[in-house]
Amino acid sequence: MIQNIPLSYFLVISTAMFFIGIYGFLTRRNLITMLMSVELILNSVNINFVAFNKYLFPQHLQGHFFMLIVIAVAASEAAVAIAIIINIYRNFKSIDVENVDEMKF
Amino acid sequence: MLNEFMFILIAVMILVFSVLTVLTRKILRAAVYMLFVLVSTAGLYFMLSYNFLAAVQLTVYAGGIVVLIIFSILLTSHLSERAVMAPFKQSLFSALATLAGATLTLVTILRFSFIPNVGADPNFNITDVGNALVSYNREGYALPFEVVSILLLAAMIGSIVVAKKEPTLRDKEAKTDK
Repeated sequence: MIQNIPLSYFLVISTAMFFIGIYGFLTRRNLITMLMSVELILNSVNINFVAFNKYLFPQHLQGHFFMLIVIAVAASEAAVAIAIIINIYRNFKSIDVENVDEMKF
Repeated sequence: MLNEFMFILIAVMILVFSVLTVLTRKILRAAVYMLFVLVSTAGLYFMLSYNFLAAVQLTVYAGGIVVLIIFSILLTSHLSERAVMAPFKQSLFSALATLAGATLTLVTILRFSFIPNVGADPNFNITDVGNALVSYNREGYALPFEVVSILLLAAMIGSIVVAKKEPTLRDKEAKTDK
C-alpha cells in the first residue's frame, strides 16, 4: 500500500472513469468512439482489481490474474469489434449508428 | 508528501483526459486522449509497485489496442470530419443518469470503511506471477489461462474471417471476362 493514500481514493478515481465511459457510450454516435468508451470502462475495472489486491490481500495474486484476463478479453473484443466496424463501413460507407439500421424492425 | 503529489497528478490526468475522450469532436484526438488515460493508469500501477502489471498495461493497452483503434479511425473516417453528438435532450438525460449512478456508488464506497491489510506485503516478481499462472495446484490459474488463450485464438480467427474482403459479383464477372 502507498503511505497516506487510502484505498477509497483509488475507488473514487475508478468510479469517475467508469461513469465517464458510460456517458460517452450513451452520447456518442460513432462506433469507434463507442468502442473507446467501452475500453475506458474496462480500464476502470482493472484499477479496482489492482487496488483491492494491493490493499486488502497483498499476499495473494488474484487481482493480478483478473486484470490480465480482463486485458486479454478487452484486446480480443477490440479486434472483433474493429473487424465488424470495417465490414459495416464497407457495406454502408458510414460508421454512424444512426445510419446502420438495416435490420431494425 | 511526494507520494500524495504524484497520486494527485496522476488522478487529475486520468480524470481530465477521460472527460476529453468522451467530449472531443475530433475522433483522432479522442484516441490520443485515451492513450494518455491508459499511460497514466500504468503510472498508477507503478505507484502500487506492481511493475509487471504496469508493463502489461503499457504494451497491450497503450501499445496494441490504441494502435488498432487509430488504424481503424484512419480507415473509416476523414480527419477533418467532426463527430456528431447526441441531441441536447438525450445528452442531458444521459448526464443525469450517470451522475445519479456515480453519486450512489460514491456514497456507498465512502461510507464503507475498508481496513487495509498492513501486515504481509511480499514483493512479487515476474517469476512468481508466471509460476502461479501455469500452476494447477491451489492458487494456480492454469484453467483460466487456457480458457483465455482459446478465446484469443477464436477472436483472432473470427476477426480475420469477418474483415476479409469477399469477392463481389462484379469482381467475379470481371474475372470471367478475362
